[in-house]
Amino acid sequence: MGKMIKLGKKRSVNLTKTRVVDFSTYLGVVLAFLIVDAMLRGGMLSRSFSGQLIPICCYIVMAVSLNLTVGILGELSLGHAGFMSVGAFSGIVAAMSLQGSIPSEPARLAIALVVGAACAAVAGVIVGVPVLRLRGDYLAIVTLAFGEIIKELINCLIIGHDENGLHVIFNFNSSKTVSDLGLTENGIEIIKGAQGATGTQMISTFTAGFILVMITLVVVLNLVRSRSGRAIMAIRDNRIAAESVGINATKYKMMAFVTSAALAGAAGALYGLNFSNLTSAKFNFNTSILVLVFVVLGGLGNIWGSIIAATVLTILPEALRGFDDYRMLIYAIVLILVMLATNNSRLKALLARPFASLRARAAARPGKEAQ
Amino acid sequence: MEFLSYLIIGVSLGSVYAIIALGYTMVYGIAKMLNFAHGDVIMVGGYISLLSMTSLGLPWWAGVLLAILVCTVLGVVIEGLAYKPLRASPSLAVLITAIGVSYFLQNAAQLLWGASPMSYTPIVSGSLPVGGLSISYISLVTIVMCVVIMTALTLFTEKTRMGKAMRACSEDKGAAQLMGINVNRTISLTFAIGSALAAIAGVLLCSFNTSLMPTTGSMPGIKAFTAAVFGGIGSIPGALLGGVLLGIIESLAKAYISTQLANSIVFAVLIVTLLVRPAGLLGKYVPEKV
Repeated sequence: MGKMIKLGKKRSVNLTKTRVVDFSTYLGVVLAFLIVDAMLRGGMLSRSFSGQLIPICCYIVMAVSLNLTVGILGELSLGHAGFMSVGAFSGIVAAMSLQGSIPSEPARLAIALVVGAACAAVAGVIVGVPVLRLRGDYLAIVTLAFGEIIKELINCLIIGHDENGLHVIFNFNSSKTVSDLGLTENGIEIIKGAQGATGTQMISTFTAGFILVMITLVVVLNLVRSRSGRAIMAIRDNRIAAESVGINATKYKMMAFVTSAALAGAAGALYGLNFSNLTSAKFNFNTSILVLVFVVLGGLGNIWGSIIAATVLTILPEALRGFDDYRMLIYAIVLILVMLATNNSRLKALLARPFASLRARAAARPGKEAQ
Repeated sequence: MEFLSYLIIGVSLGSVYAIIALGYTMVYGIAKMLNFAHGDVIMVGGYISLLSMTSLGLPWWAGVLLAILVCTVLGVVIEGLAYKPLRASPSLAVLITAIGVSYFLQNAAQLLWGASPMSYTPIVSGSLPVGGLSISYISLVTIVMCVVIMTALTLFTEKTRMGKAMRACSEDKGAAQLMGINVNRTISLTFAIGSALAAIAGVLLCSFNTSLMPTTGSMPGIKAFTAAVFGGIGSIPGALLGGVLLGIIESLAKAYISTQLANSIVFAVLIVTLLVRPAGLLGKYVPEKV
């Protein structure tokens, strides 16, 4: 049990350990944003670093949302980039088509994020229904397959917009070009098949990225701490036991999976509107794996771990730029060594010893209230 | 006639997938891990055989033997350094380590041999006219190699002592150890065989594509993994069946439906198959017991 904190006459908050962790996660993100934002305004950040701020926000949202599937739901997904891709391209289409009717950039960005999240959620339902019937490595390979399918389908899309509305062509045997859209003079070409989206207006901002990270944290942390979240974790720990006490496994699995997909879609929309050119090849298997690495290194089910891992591992390859050709090699070696070190029982015992003695001393200190 | 020639291309491409998938499925069966670095061992095999033929001036068979040797050693070293310490760890930790090894091999290859594609001279060239068709010799060699490897592996796992040890380990490691089987050595042997197969697959794959670059192995690696799951992961005949079917579907889809969506069609067939048979075509479905 934690301490009770009084807030006014009737309200009080039970300060449990999870609450402390959650509030410090929010607080940490807000502080980090304020510091980085102040540095950005003061011109203290290098250009390569400030260019990475929005991608970092996107990857944080990706990592936290994938953690919901892999860490909380306990199902390995290797196709998370597919949802990001759906979100990115639908977000770009929404933002570009509304260019004329909504002049305000933040409003258009917000709409793009919502559209991206909604489309990715629909994709999540379509993928989730067959995928969640499978188990373990079979589920992993099917998510991988869906990720690749989404990549190739988007590669075939040609989309343009003019005053008559959206024009969409599905170019599955590379016989069609942008001119087949039949756009009027004022029309704009948004997605050009294998070339991807070109000439996109870059309307993403760091502040929007921060807000998206906060929304993601609120959604995920509240879901995890709710009755539904406990049901999801019960399914992860023992599906048969959970079902035997009346938990509807399919429903809760879908809930976690679709939420995760929707958040990835919003992250994708933010990402897509940060670059003027974007192809669907960007969201391949390697991107899914990259996000999975963030989740595993940050710790399964550990939300702030995902945030830190996503930030550090996005900056790391840039920071290693001094090593030039060797940087990705060093990245790979660091990755292997970290996995070996964190799973080494002898090293763990060695690290645990000083903490254990500290804890024992703290517990033995007189005057501390019994818990 | 046209259909037959696409079918033969499909079968020979599928045979390459099958050889890669055999390596995947054996390692999965015994170590219960998805070895994502397997595709990159293929790439290393391709480079070794190419360089031994061009830089060292060796005949093609010596190049292939050298590639097999290097890849076998590489496979055992990777297993010993990166996977063995994680044997008791959660499977995700091993998966991420395998991805790390995959990155490492790709980037090391890029540093050593450059990122731009090298042209690869096929080990055999020319083609055999049969009726109105012409079948390239490399297709024939691939299909024959696949059948030989498949037969040899089946005999090995069914008849020899080491093969029996392998099957025992994949069923129950603890019990196998109690029966006096050296589990660690058996797993190392599996990695050695898998990597040797990857080297052969590398030579065949590069002879098909006639080009080679550091990322050559990753897509065939993923497809072979799909083939292994399609046929039922852990099953040797399943890997063969899955690989060949995948190759045929891919070749026919490219010819008759869409080049751009060929991979999607392959993956869609996999998804539908897994929905009907959740453990793959030849895999055994083990219901959970409480």
